[in-house]
Amino acid sequence: MPVNGFMYPNEIELQWSVLIVIYPFVTGLVAGAFILASLERIFHVDAVKPTYRLALLTALSFLIVAPLPLQLHLGHPERSLEMYLTPHKSSAMAMFGFVYLWYLMVVILLEIWLDYRHEIVLLWQRSTGLKRLLYRVLTLGSSNISEGALRVDDRVGWVVTLIGIPSAFLLHGYVGFIFGSIKANPWWSTPLMPVVFLFSAMVSGIAIVMLLYMALMKIRRQPIDMRCVDTIAQYLLYTFILDFAMEMLDLIHRIYESDESFRSLDFMVHTKLYFSHIVLQIILGTMVPIAMLGFLQVVKVPERARRMAYAVAGCLTIIGIFAMRWNVVIGGQLFSKSFLGYTTYKVDLISREGVLIAAGLLILPFVILAVLMKILPPWHERETASAD
Amino acid sequence: MITRRRLLVLLPAAALAWEHVLAGTPESAPNYNRAEHWWGMLMDIGKCIGCGNCVRGCSAENNVPEGYFRTWVERYHVADWRQETPQVDSPNGGKNGFPPGTAVGGKNFFVPKLCNHCADSPCTQVCPVGATFDSPDGVVLIDEKYCLGCRYCIQACPYGCRFLHPTKHTAEKCTLCYHRITKGLTTACCENCPTGARQLVDLKNPADPIHEYMKTHSVQVLKPHLATGAKVFYHDLDGSVR
Amino acid sequence: MTKFKDAEHLIRLAGAFAIGIVVFLLLRSYFVPRSFGQYGHYRGDALTEIAAKPVSYAGHQTCEVCHGDVLEVKKAGKHAGVNCEACHGALAAHAADPASVVPKLPDTAVLCAQCHEQNIAKPKSFPQVVSKEHSGGVDCKICHQPHSPLLAPGGKK
Repeated sequence: MPVNGFMYPNEIELQWSVLIVIYPFVTGLVAGAFILASLERIFHVDAVKPTYRLALLTALSFLIVAPLPLQLHLGHPERSLEMYLTPHKSSAMAMFGFVYLWYLMVVILLEIWLDYRHEIVLLWQRSTGLKRLLYRVLTLGSSNISEGALRVDDRVGWVVTLIGIPSAFLLHGYVGFIFGSIKANPWWSTPLMPVVFLFSAMVSGIAIVMLLYMALMKIRRQPIDMRCVDTIAQYLLYTFILDFAMEMLDLIHRIYESDESFRSLDFMVHTKLYFSHIVLQIILGTMVPIAMLGFLQVVKVPERARRMAYAVAGCLTIIGIFAMRWNVVIGGQLFSKSFLGYTTYKVDLISREGVLIAAGLLILPFVILAVLMKILPPWHERETASAD
Repeated sequence: MITRRRLLVLLPAAALAWEHVLAGTPESAPNYNRAEHWWGMLMDIGKCIGCGNCVRGCSAENNVPEGYFRTWVERYHVADWRQETPQVDSPNGGKNGFPPGTAVGGKNFFVPKLCNHCADSPCTQVCPVGATFDSPDGVVLIDEKYCLGCRYCIQACPYGCRFLHPTKHTAEKCTLCYHRITKGLTTACCENCPTGARQLVDLKNPADPIHEYMKTHSVQVLKPHLATGAKVFYHDLDGSVR
Repeated sequence: MTKFKDAEHLIRLAGAFAIGIVVFLLLRSYFVPRSFGQYGHYRGDALTEIAAKPVSYAGHQTCEVCHGDVLEVKKAGKHAGVNCEACHGALAAHAADPASVVPKLPDTAVLCAQCHEQNIAKPKSFPQVVSKEHSGGVDCKICHQPHSPLLAPGGKK
């Protein structure tokens, strides 16, 4: 029997699968990568400039993949247009459709276009065949790359980035609200949910850009700009501390108030979610990376060891944030709303919502990123590591 | 006694009337004006015998798929003063009744459950497209031609009354037998209940005896702290019921 | 004029957006069902579609039209409040075509126990027995008339 204790008969089967774990994970990476990019543009943190374009392209790659787990999960994906045609204004899910669209069109695509427009025009003029057609379409027919035009691009791009920061907060905060606003589910229902989601998104986004930058420089046999990576690691640490503080606040509050649901949830965390919550999310995914990054701030460590430490901390962070999404989504469905029992979740291997599809969806953004990097190269070969 | 003469008169009349009802043309049935009704249900815990007739009746009337439940019955065993941890079971939703059980002493009773057709339903609030909605006569319904199968409503229901239909891939739940109550019939579960533990109530009908009963007897709803405006009322609901 | 020329690409972009919005509005007017919004944020036709679903249980008022004699017996007995189809099953098809759809009589050896088998959670005042001790496996209708089940003093039906 998959059930311990008592569950309402219709609750035994889980409704939201691993695909719905992937979805907030991916949108979180989008928001986090964008925030890192905006550090340079708005807050003039020059040290991270080498990762500016990479962060934007990473955000776009994950943003393109984000709707896919949702489409694969729907009972009737062919009806998904209804969310745009007759959105129910009281539904956070419906409103999110428009937040996503806004973010894709007005923030990410526009900012990338404005930043790359100069190169797009040049690439159009230099290419042949299909590539030439592609770049031509991307120019929207305008070949004006005069000083004046580029100044306009820069000014507008700055405004777009500025609007983009609250938009990024909205993008992932909304995902948190989709869960946090469900009063039926005490594991989800807390005003801290959008906040925790947002900070963990920033942590994961910053970590993935850091990892990608180091990996790509290694692949291209280029030197890694340590000043850049050190600065990113610093921001990662600060964001992590805030994230951990928020999560601990939620936990301590629950333990102290010990309401109707607490005993059931506590038991669940200590049994069904022990590995994913205590071991992966809290210890390996948060405390170890914070300790490592904190240590590196106070003790001088040689470059090579530092890079290793960043890589390890970054990977643990990504795993930890994935575990957090798992614990929220799956954890929220493992216990009965009667607080008298638990069920189990078995992921299939081959089905529409199985492990293979999940793995594919997690790999796909990197494939897209590779393609995007070919079309819109983030670095020029002649550029040195310490850029202009 | 049925005489042949009586039958000759009655059969065609009955059959004709039934043609209209079965064809689903409510215009021919007694005129139904949605604005005149506000539907709910009353459960009398003291009368429920856990026979499961309601679950079987609902299943037959509404083609409910095996393993899923538009209504179900739970059996409670409360040992002593601790209200937060009763022992509860619901074998196959109570569809085949209940085995004798091992409980000894304490308080034991049955609780039938179904969609509460909440006046402030959290499930219709979260539907992204308007596929589930509150009808003007107080019934929460699902438009199976419009539902995307996103399952947000199933997550938002505090009572566990919704499920995803395994072959239609849309959300489904109790409809308060809307196709029956709009024709002057009662719900399938109430029709089949042998003890009158389940009774349909029209809260806008001044002459409804169940409504009168509710005004003069103690009634409770499930999870009142969630303020869902539930319209399924329970008489004699023990505090241990989750 | 140079200002305009330098922003030309942005104007083209704005144009592309405008086209997108127009396409969206056209899709909307084509795809949104006509009855949507009639009573609220849902397809108005859904109400009539749901109300038009077929009925399986006729309801006791319909049974009583033809079977008044049974009603007379039942009314005076302990099963007065038990509706016909609660034991006889869904019979709207029989009500629609009484001659051709002939209902099968329920098996009292199994049916009665569903309600009357002893269970700790049943109300104490409800008549319940442990059937093995009560009748030793004998079919209930040997002693009890289902429409008026209480035995008269002396054990007569």
